[in-house]
Amino acid sequence: MNHKLNTYRLMLLPYSVWSVLFILVPLAFVGYYAFTDDSFSFTLEHFTRFFTATSTIANDDGTTQEVRTYVLIFLRSVRLACISTFICLLLGYPLAYIMSKAKERTQNLMMTLIMIPMWMNFLIRTYAWMTIMQDTGILNNILESLGFARIRIIGTETAVIIGMVYDYFPYMVLPIYSIMAKMDTRLVEAARDLGCGSLAVLRRVIFPLSLPGVISGITMVLIPSISTFYISQKLGNGKFLLIGDVIEGQYVANNLHFAAAIAFILMVILLAAMAVVKYGTERYVYGGESE
Amino acid sequence: MKIGSKIYTTIVFAFLFAPIVVMLIYSFNDSKSLSVFSGFSMRWYKELLNDRNTLESVKNTLILAFSATAISTVMGTAAAVGIEKLRGKWYCRTLKTVTDIPMTNPDIITGISLMLMFVFVGRLVGARTSLSFWTMLIAHVTFCLPYVILQVLPKLQQMDKALPEAAMDLGCTPLRAFFKVELPEILPGIITGAIMAFTMSLDDFVISYFTTGNGFETLPIRIYGMTKKTVTPKMYALATLIFFTTMSLLIVRNLVDNDQRREKKEKKDIYAIK
Repeated sequence: MNHKLNTYRLMLLPYSVWSVLFILVPLAFVGYYAFTDDSFSFTLEHFTRFFTATSTIANDDGTTQEVRTYVLIFLRSVRLACISTFICLLLGYPLAYIMSKAKERTQNLMMTLIMIPMWMNFLIRTYAWMTIMQDTGILNNILESLGFARIRIIGTETAVIIGMVYDYFPYMVLPIYSIMAKMDTRLVEAARDLGCGSLAVLRRVIFPLSLPGVISGITMVLIPSISTFYISQKLGNGKFLLIGDVIEGQYVANNLHFAAAIAFILMVILLAAMAVVKYGTERYVYGGESE
Repeated sequence: MKIGSKIYTTIVFAFLFAPIVVMLIYSFNDSKSLSVFSGFSMRWYKELLNDRNTLESVKNTLILAFSATAISTVMGTAAAVGIEKLRGKWYCRTLKTVTDIPMTNPDIITGISLMLMFVFVGRLVGARTSLSFWTMLIAHVTFCLPYVILQVLPKLQQMDKALPEAAMDLGCTPLRAFFKVELPEILPGIITGAIMAFTMSLDDFVISYFTTGNGFETLPIRIYGMTKKTVTPKMYALATLIFFTTMSLLIVRNLVDNDQRREKKEKKDIYAIK
């Protein structure tokens, strides 16, 4: 018996060692670099810099304004990521619902179709959007040939949001769909029999039941879109730097300690946000049914 | 489907496929433009085949993906078996939580964290450049492992637990029982996990970006470099080729899944007849 357990322990050993060495230890290094200076002695200067560094930006009307550089960028990342996540939910929820109602073969086909764009490199996807949305790009050519005025999208926040929505949309649809496909349809029928209208069924039965999928969809879109880099460099013409772009820039400039500090802040905030979401769902979704 | 649903689905899919269609069409463009189509030609595909550096990066990407897949599949499968058999033990629960970290952490943090460690260790041993193929391989194995484990674990849980017990009662060692009884049962999970690991490794840019060095360039990193300058339809030709390669992998995966489903159904039918 003991011999058997030992065999299994031995099978587990390589991965245990690997995950300590290459998952946990590297995370500790983020903290170590974040709190030390170039000669590895303790400092808080990176955090002070992150929260207090200021720079001057020009407003549209020609006046200038003093802003907290990194705090502003961080808040912008959060804002754009939240908007994108919300749009993904707004677009993805009905699609997941439609999918779950379709015939099984159609469902499988739609699943594959949704996943196909994910199998194309995200750099190329983003670049393709850039060529579509350019001032002389395909979209504007189409608009012009239809008799509309050309519009300016590239280099605006809208373009960055479109890029984010496009890149992370499947991560929203798939978890919601997989919950809805498993949903007990008898509950919907029961609600109908008891006199619920379509809207009431959606609001009081389908939506609450699909919440776990919605929540995992939100986290799966929010986390990569908050931390993304490249999208805003290409689609925002570099005007709307996000926190990921700053980390990348500091890495390229070899300011590893400052890059680590920003990564550390990002990680702590994301962990806190996820804990809040988890606590909130447990408390209000599963715990507070009696209202 | 109702008319409204159909229209809605069509619009969403049009949005999802717009960039792909654009890329496919313009990869055959005769001119250098990425927005005006002037005629059909294969010239960008020809140019691609003459581009030594890109072909080299394709080779690098494949070497890396195959190595990372092989290592993570073997290690991940062994780990999944260990986790399943020893479940309930404190270190298994801890290990499962640790496995979730690379999946939930943003890529950029995984990449930065590994890079910092490599640079630190490299400085400690006095190496001139600490980032290379090997650091990238470690990084890829690290982010592939959870995918393998999470594909294999459910197969182990679904399996009839009496089977390996019976084999061992009949004199098999646990290891022999594993190879003779369990491995064939969980093989579909291993294959799906391996394919996922492979495609993840092929496609990864962010983590690779932070952990590569010493001139080792994979395809996504090369594409990143190319998009910093003006891009020609050559990149679209490349993307089209990658697209069809990953598509065929996806189809293979679906075939494996379908086989499984059919097998299950046949098994059920046999029981039904009995």
